[in-house]
Amino acid sequence: MTAARAGFPRILLGLGYAFLYAPIALLVIYSFNESRLVTVWGGFSTRWYGEVLANERIADAAWLSLSIAAMSATVAVLLGTPAGFALARFGRFSGRAVFAGLLAAPLVMPEVITGLSLLLLFVGLEESIGWPRERGMATIVIAHVSFTMPYVAIVVQARLAGFDRNLEEAALDLGARPLAVLRSITLPLTAPAIVAGWLLSFTLSFDDLVIASFVTGPGATTLPMLIFSSVRLGLSPQINALATMMLVAVSLCLVVAAWTMSRRKPLSL
Amino acid sequence: MSGRHRTLAIAAPFAWMLAFSLAPLAIVLKISFSEATAERPPYAPLFEMGADGGIAFQPSISAYLLLLSDGLYFDAFLGSLRVAAVSTFVCLLIGLPMAYAIARSSPQRRNLLVMLVMLPFWTSFLIRVYAWMALLKPTGILNNALVWLGIVDEPLPLMNNDFAVHLGIVYSYLPFMVLPIYAALEKMDWTLVEAAADLGCRPSRTFFTVTMPLCWQGMAAGSLLVFIPAAGEFVIPDLLGGPDTLMVGRVLWTEFFINRDWPAAAALTIAMLSVLLLPILAFQHMGVEADRP
Repeated sequence: MTAARAGFPRILLGLGYAFLYAPIALLVIYSFNESRLVTVWGGFSTRWYGEVLANERIADAAWLSLSIAAMSATVAVLLGTPAGFALARFGRFSGRAVFAGLLAAPLVMPEVITGLSLLLLFVGLEESIGWPRERGMATIVIAHVSFTMPYVAIVVQARLAGFDRNLEEAALDLGARPLAVLRSITLPLTAPAIVAGWLLSFTLSFDDLVIASFVTGPGATTLPMLIFSSVRLGLSPQINALATMMLVAVSLCLVVAAWTMSRRKPLSL
Repeated sequence: MSGRHRTLAIAAPFAWMLAFSLAPLAIVLKISFSEATAERPPYAPLFEMGADGGIAFQPSISAYLLLLSDGLYFDAFLGSLRVAAVSTFVCLLIGLPMAYAIARSSPQRRNLLVMLVMLPFWTSFLIRVYAWMALLKPTGILNNALVWLGIVDEPLPLMNNDFAVHLGIVYSYLPFMVLPIYAALEKMDWTLVEAAADLGCRPSRTFFTVTMPLCWQGMAAGSLLVFIPAAGEFVIPDLLGGPDTLMVGRVLWTEFFINRDWPAAAALTIAMLSVLLLPILAFQHMGVEADRP
């Protein structure tokens, strides 16, 4: 391929990255804008960061969102890891097609459908068995587990499909008990996928607006709901500052995750 | 692993998905055949215990008749499918060359480039849409720059229209297009491309006759990952769209939260599912086997 031909996709790639990052970069820059008019530069200032940190409604909503994300990511990993194992290792068990289909659907299902259907389920359950008496944190966690667990299953499945089964078979041949093999070989090798699945679930849950809006109840306002109701009224310098803080937090988490994964690499030979 | 453990490993997630993914859809179907009422919850029971102890089954198709009687719902469906199709096509136009360029770059740089595509996906969806609001508003960053540079005399109408909705969807869903195509290209046997070149095939022809047929699965997976959620999108049309932007996700939201007509919202959900059933089944069919983010 000539240099000019190879250059064409490369230029497009550069433009693609500019498209992906320019809006985020501008958002960050304007978060340090002194002016209340978000898009008119009025000098450098960190006052909006101070206002965000002093805002108790934001703090409450952030804490609620973090708790929900941590809980649903944990449950999603507990359920999704065995699901990934089943898909990668159990061969053709009966019901596999239905199982795989049920796990694939949430990846593309429009959020309004998931949200409405889960709410109607919760309302129906309340009518018939009296639970859940109140919607809020618990119902949001259940809803989030349902749409994040498939992501864990897929990440775990991909990891298991990618590594050498001979390690486990060698251990079994040498007389290790199956559970010991699971504990000392399979799980450590799967660990990076489990960590990645947890982080992915956490992020998806922390980010979710639509599904949580359907299944929440009075008193449970997550951070995306708070941001949405504010953004609907227009731009706000506080949201710029809050968004920048969230971006920094996510980037830090990703760097840490990438670092731990690369440290684990020798294990996955 | 023993049989008991295997059964448990399947049964726990299976039961969860049946209870919280499949059962809710059955309930939506049930409520779509209910009558809307002003009670709490705002729908009439479908089954009622009669005085003689029997159970009366009282289905109503009023919610579906409502959807048929008002052209608004039909237009919303058409609008959603059109916006989703156009956005998917634009994503493909941008995503395919990006994925191609990543796959052809040196192996050391590839991981970084893939990570750079994934990073926006890890940051808040809502915040990325908000970032575009700041850019596109009549008093936004883009318009201010254009006016200041003297390129336009008055702000361009960039926001609250269908253009902004397409832009927002392409921006938000682009990573879902790039990653599956990249995954397909990465697994591809590049010696075939070299062979075609050695035999005198022009690069553009090689691309269309060798590369594209080999990565069509990635393109199909990417297109479905963009098209299906985009067709049901609520946040983007709500924040970037105008009052005349009719998309079914937004209509469903209004029907449920503003009009409090639960049977109509349920019937809309069923109609949406039926329209999207084919693409969803296609995705399920190819889905679990292909690698995704």
